[in-house]
Amino acid sequence: MASIELRNITKIFRDAKRKRDLLAIDNVSLSVEKNEFLCLLGSSGCGKSTLLNMIAGFEKPTEGSVTVGGKAVDGPGADRGMVFQQANLMPWLPVWENVAFHLRLKGWRKADRRDAAQDYIDMVGLRGFENHFPAELSGGMSQRVGIARALLLNPQVILMDEPFAALDAQTKMDMQEELVAIWQKQRCTVVFVTHSVDEALVLGTRVAVMTSRPGRIRELIALDLPRPRDTTGPRFNDHKRHILNLIREEGLQQRQAAVA
Amino acid sequence: MNMTGQGIRAMTALSKSWERAVVPLFILAAWEVFSRSGFLPAALLPAPSVVLHTWGDWIFGFDETSQGNTGRWLADALSSATRVAAGYGIAVVSGVALGIAIGWWRWVERTVEPTLQMLRPVPPVSWIPLAIIWFGIANKPAIFLVFLGAFFPILMNTIHGVKTADRNLIRAASMMGATEQQLLRHVVFPAALPSIFAGLRIGIGAAWMLTVTAEMVAVKSGLGYVLWDSYYFLRYDLVLAAMASIGLLGYATDALIKVLMSAALHWQHGSTLQSREG
Ligand SMILES: Nc1ncnc2c1ncn2[C@@H]1O[C@H](COP(=O)(O)OP(=O)(O)OP(=O)(O)O)[C@@H](O)[C@H]1O
Ligand SMILES: [Mg+2]
Repeated sequence: MASIELRNITKIFRDAKRKRDLLAIDNVSLSVEKNEFLCLLGSSGCGKSTLLNMIAGFEKPTEGSVTVGGKAVDGPGADRGMVFQQANLMPWLPVWENVAFHLRLKGWRKADRRDAAQDYIDMVGLRGFENHFPAELSGGMSQRVGIARALLLNPQVILMDEPFAALDAQTKMDMQEELVAIWQKQRCTVVFVTHSVDEALVLGTRVAVMTSRPGRIRELIALDLPRPRDTTGPRFNDHKRHILNLIREEGLQQRQAAVA
Repeated sequence: MNMTGQGIRAMTALSKSWERAVVPLFILAAWEVFSRSGFLPAALLPAPSVVLHTWGDWIFGFDETSQGNTGRWLADALSSATRVAAGYGIAVVSGVALGIAIGWWRWVERTVEPTLQMLRPVPPVSWIPLAIIWFGIANKPAIFLVFLGAFFPILMNTIHGVKTADRNLIRAASMMGATEQQLLRHVVFPAALPSIFAGLRIGIGAAWMLTVTAEMVAVKSGLGYVLWDSYYFLRYDLVLAAMASIGLLGYATDALIKVLMSAALHWQHGSTLQSREG
């Protein structure tokens, strides 16, 4: 049974102010198997976040249906952990309270929450920053708190919206390795949004290349490359060339459409 | 040139408090000189030293310069403070609760807010006649007025705080399985807290203003009553002492709220303009 099933999803944003409707997602169907690591690849504004938000339950599709684990999605829930494009940490809580926020909601005692948070704080390399407040963290550090917070939910599905976009090359590589290790260990399903071809190829078991607005799935590419991925190997580069060509064609069509 | 950093800091702190004191000290000195010059009858503008003397007697009761009020300051201050505490307390609880409800639920906003917006422009002081008819001459009309004065600033600021809460934080919390009640308690309320405190500080000012007004008109005790009563007996030294007392208590309660605020909002430290003031 598929873990996530998108059936004929269309999303139209009604723009009341400008009296204009925006077709953000156009008839997307996609199914993600259990334990799959799917990378959604597309240019800025093509609807990646919108698609992810519909799986998370923050947005409702205008048409079509979303099911996760066989159940129709009708709102957000702790079975789907999300790492947001902006970290979205509670600014009034220190790092460890942010990581353990879910346990606070479940009514755990403070000492237990603190213990449970520590593993995840260590996992994302923030030991020593437990008592810092979000205003005292760098962008990349905040993002890592957001990742720890989603992992602590121990969800079946993790949704990640360009979580590493703000990180430097070194930290990004470390975090990517860490993420793959966690995914292999926890046997969860990951949907990972990115606009970096390399990142998609390093992480994914499959890559969904999206078209620019309105968002559609242009091509689904299965990656059977061994891990850890060799970013200089010929097969990696074959995939990369192929995807870059798709993107180039896409850009060309866009410009022609704009001229016509 | 071997001053320690600590020494320098202590020196600048000292010179800073001097800076603050210069203007008030100058005014007091000029006032003292002016009053003693005999330019105006001494009873009309008592010198600061005279006011201080009367004030001292009002507080400690050493020579009955404040006549019937001698030694009664604490009782007067307490009865004013009690009215402030009661009216302000009711305003805080109801203003914050209603403000969160109005900010969060559209249907509450639609049903309740129009009525409140109609009542809001009516100055609290203009309620005095009705307050006296309803509650008589005692504590109750004063508490009612204090409540009215503090309620609206607290309410409006709470509504504002709730409405400007970051939607993404609410998303993050509901992603972690928060129920509506948990969202209100763990996200919306703390997010609105900076704005709520702004309302609390405006509210406490209004609370003192209205206690004093009520005591001048509708109550027979408290600092405001002494102030108005002394005016009838041409005791301007007592009037000034009462004014100073009210100012001082107002300042103290505001300082208390500021302490509570910086404790509750310590997480803002370093992230806002205000926190830079040190
Ligand atoms: N709440 C909204 N109301 C109106 N339009 C929206 C809303 N959210 C997104 N859009 C529009 O939908 C389109 C897709 O937005 P989305 O945020 O999904 O893009 P994205 O692929 O995540 O881009 P990026 O890589 O820059 O994050 C954009 O044109 C955007 O303007
Ligand atoms: Mg996005």
